[in-house]
Amino acid sequence: MAAAAAAAGAAGTTAWSGLLRLCFVFGLSFLSLTGLLLVQLADSAKNFEDVRCKCICPPYKEHSGYIYNKNISQKDCDCLHVVEPMPVLGPDVEAYCLRCECKYEERSSVTIKVTIIIYLSILGLLLLYMVYLTLIEPILKRRLFGHSQLIQSDDDVGDHQPFANAHDVLARSRSRANVLNKVEYAQQRWKLQVQEQRKSVFDRHVVLS
Amino acid sequence: MESEQLFHRGYYRNSYNSITSASSDEELLDGAGVIMDFQTSEDDNLLDGDASVGTHYTMTNGGSINSSTHLLDLLDEPIPGVGTYDDFHTIDWVREKCKDRERHRRINSKKKESAWEMTKSLYDAWSGWLVVTLTGLASGALAGLIDIAADWMTDLKEGICLSALWYNHEQCCWGSNETTFEERDKCPQWKTWAELIIGQAEGPGSYIMNYIMYIFWALSFAFLAVSLVKVFAPYACGSGIPEIKTILSGFIIRGYLGKWTLMIKTITLVLAVASGLSLGKEGPLVHVACCCGNIFSYLFPKYSTNEAKKREVLSAASAAGVSVAFGAPIGGVLFSLEEVSYYFPLKTLWRSFFAALVAAFVLRSINPFGNSRLVLFYVEYHTPWYLFELFPFILLGVFGGLWGAFFIRANIAWCRRRKSTKFGKYPVLEVIIVAAITAVIAFPNPYTRLNTSELIKELFTDCGPLESSSLCDYRNDMNASKIVDDIPDRPAGIGVYSAIWQLCLALIFKIIMTVFTFGIKVPSGLFIPSMAIGAIAGRIVGIAVEQLAYYHHDWFIFKEWCGVGTDCITPGLYAMVGAAACLGGVTRMTVSLVVIVFELTGGLEYIVPLMAAVMTSKWVGDAFGREGIYEAHIRLNGYPFLDAKEEFTHTTLAADVMRPRRSDPPLAVLTQDNMTVDDIENMINETSYNGFPVIMSKESQRLVGFALRRDLTIAIESARKKQEGIVGSSRVCFAQHTPSLPAESPRPLKLRSILDMSPFTVTDHTPMEIVVDIFRKLGLRQCLVTHNGIVLGIITKKNILEHLEQLKQHIEPLAPPWYYNKKRYPPSYGPDGKPRPRFNNVQLNPIAEEREQMEEEVHLLNSTVL
Repeated sequence: MAAAAAAAGAAGTTAWSGLLRLCFVFGLSFLSLTGLLLVQLADSAKNFEDVRCKCICPPYKEHSGYIYNKNISQKDCDCLHVVEPMPVLGPDVEAYCLRCECKYEERSSVTIKVTIIIYLSILGLLLLYMVYLTLIEPILKRRLFGHSQLIQSDDDVGDHQPFANAHDVLARSRSRANVLNKVEYAQQRWKLQVQEQRKSVFDRHVVLS
Repeated sequence: MESEQLFHRGYYRNSYNSITSASSDEELLDGAGVIMDFQTSEDDNLLDGDASVGTHYTMTNGGSINSSTHLLDLLDEPIPGVGTYDDFHTIDWVREKCKDRERHRRINSKKKESAWEMTKSLYDAWSGWLVVTLTGLASGALAGLIDIAADWMTDLKEGICLSALWYNHEQCCWGSNETTFEERDKCPQWKTWAELIIGQAEGPGSYIMNYIMYIFWALSFAFLAVSLVKVFAPYACGSGIPEIKTILSGFIIRGYLGKWTLMIKTITLVLAVASGLSLGKEGPLVHVACCCGNIFSYLFPKYSTNEAKKREVLSAASAAGVSVAFGAPIGGVLFSLEEVSYYFPLKTLWRSFFAALVAAFVLRSINPFGNSRLVLFYVEYHTPWYLFELFPFILLGVFGGLWGAFFIRANIAWCRRRKSTKFGKYPVLEVIIVAAITAVIAFPNPYTRLNTSELIKELFTDCGPLESSSLCDYRNDMNASKIVDDIPDRPAGIGVYSAIWQLCLALIFKIIMTVFTFGIKVPSGLFIPSMAIGAIAGRIVGIAVEQLAYYHHDWFIFKEWCGVGTDCITPGLYAMVGAAACLGGVTRMTVSLVVIVFELTGGLEYIVPLMAAVMTSKWVGDAFGREGIYEAHIRLNGYPFLDAKEEFTHTTLAADVMRPRRSDPPLAVLTQDNMTVDDIENMINETSYNGFPVIMSKESQRLVGFALRRDLTIAIESARKKQEGIVGSSRVCFAQHTPSLPAESPRPLKLRSILDMSPFTVTDHTPMEIVVDIFRKLGLRQCLVTHNGIVLGIITKKNILEHLEQLKQHIEPLAPPWYYNKKRYPPSYGPDGKPRPRFNNVQLNPIAEEREQMEEEVHLLNSTVL
């Protein structure tokens, strides 16, 4: 009986984890596609600030070195167009300009902005989740499962163990199979896996030392 | 039925031939030790389980391969899980390749049936290219994200862009006209922390404030990185290349290439780089790309169900990883070929090429460095080099080799300490301490305060008149009116001398810190720090040679090329050569390294100096120890990796290596038709072997096939659940025909479907040289040893590795992962003989049994709060 339930649970899980995995894969491809799209967008609406022609002119005679910077199209990116006002006069212009080095550069400020925002939001979410797992969840658990379970959980997992009670949840998720429980089940399964990984990396030092 | 079987048998003969023809000629020649003998007339006997098979014992290889794949057909309804592998186990390449051929054939034969089948076969044919395209796209995009975010976060240690918070220092001053020639990176929009907090930009107060903020950010980034790694994905730490090498050679580490590992590695890699630790992002990027490859391969049944095929995708993914890490697509392909891949057929070469191309294209269109190039350090000089310069280049090669040898020794000793003593129990503390020391020492020295790749960039560039750094503070005669590109060698000014001192200090600092940094529990690559060390040393040597040539231009070696007023020495080139040499010394790569470096810098003219230096560093390094850092880490961790580069020169025989040894109990074998389910379960519970040879009977001892432990347990479990009338006393039958049983006995359990009827066998007198070659080239997991057709023993990959280790007379053998895993996995049957529930390889025990394991778990909260 128990075995049959377990089998049903296992079948459900595989389907569920497959779905999760698929979601993740699509998320990843979506991310890369968005990246591409953003680049395209940024290219088409080339921001006014996103190109520059930078000329570095070394010291020449009595004039000290100077850096010129201008928004200008690539074909105009040379000393004659960018260096304004020209510090030298007449015959010296050519000699001065020969020493200057002009570089045309582009960037995409939208890409940078979006990337940093995406990165920071993922980091923020992860941090929140981490705080939840390590600090808040154990406290919540304690409040929810009254005193008797508290002692037990103190016994076998130590009080703040965030990845405990997986088996409990597994048992419950089988009886009430709704979506929330499935999510919780997947989460517990993941927690167990991470726990295994942590043991092999940090405690036993069998991999990655 | 019979005709169908015959038909299939014919098929499989072809399939076997095509497998062998797909492998290289060399393999065929070297594999000749195993006698592959096709005797079709005997086939039926074999299948019928006739005793006459044994009279011709060399048959087992040739004859039975035909029938081995056959089993997949006999199976009406495959038992889920059979043919998969446990965590920390080795895959059987031969079996996987057979499986793939079989699948391919099935799809091909169905192709003509309907349009839908046709579409399916097309999808199948294209899935290889699709998966590498997706992998390339994803790894390019992730690399762009990592580059941009890491640049921004690195600059966050110094200050912040008030007008737009998401810009790094350079982007912040992008359009500013206030920058001056001397102070190029100052602009009013960019505020240092001192300016923001105490309101002054200069003076000792602001220096101290900046110092404090630098340390604060470095510490918090490092702490965040290590705690994220610890809480979410412990496998995300380290460089990842040793593990990927092992995985590509056929090892299974579940979760190592999973989605959490990918996410955490991407996120924490940025933090780790930004914290200013002496590490790079190149190695971890390979891991990130491999994670993408693994995740995308789940979309395609061709790759998700076959471990060997998945490894082809991973090979291509690692090429894409290097391609985006260095902006070196060809170098990436060669890296995959030379360094990481184990099995690299031409098809994989093309796919790697394509994946590298796609990834590089995506990264280029993201343009993370704003210089329309893939890499940060692109050199623009094309000054020639002269023959006498080969001498300093070779000297740099010697330095690189010495550094490599020293680094490998020191780092391995330190990692062993971490592995085996109590000190390894405090990973978070270790990261914090290393980060603190790095930050405190790095800040005062401008060359170590810089981001490492910025430092390399500065060391690589040549001193034109446009450069303002103190490295280029030469004494100029101002009235010389030469064109920019051709500046003669000049005497060094005060700035250069002070820069050299600072560089020397930076060199010592980097050397020491890198030894302690590589292997801490954050994502950490080795390429960039190694290159930085080489570049610093190279630049110092370059400046020395330059000054020598300036002051002694009448020496006979300089006379011909370095007259007065000529530009003959380029210190930046020396930095490049030094970087290549040091990287070569550490990783012992040659071809791919040279290609990576010249793609990295765009200096096509400098291939010969690079080759000379890399070759020298490899020779010098090899003189001190033959293995590179990755092999050394593989050996330290005890991964079952059979290096294809090493030669086996000993004269031992298969009988000397095989298990059981003389003193051991006899080999645990199953008989083909007179064991009960209980007998088998007992045997599984009592032993820890991963597979059992199946013999005809105790009397004849002739080999029938090989059954894997995992397959047996899964098959018995599922039979108990699904089939009626299977009890402990049921006969288990591996033969094709069930023996006649007494009427009242329970139904027999037929397990022929899980039996591998083509186990590789060698005779007890086969030289180990040949056995090792078979294992390497065919990627076997185990091989049976027979004598006159009687099974004597078994040789596994592990036995071979142990044997090699013994022969090398090496230091104490470290306990390999499988040793611990034996302990970790309880037998799959509880004490009451009932199967425990199984959930996708995670075996759940009642909490009571887990208790002792929980106690030994390092307490998460205690160690993260510190």
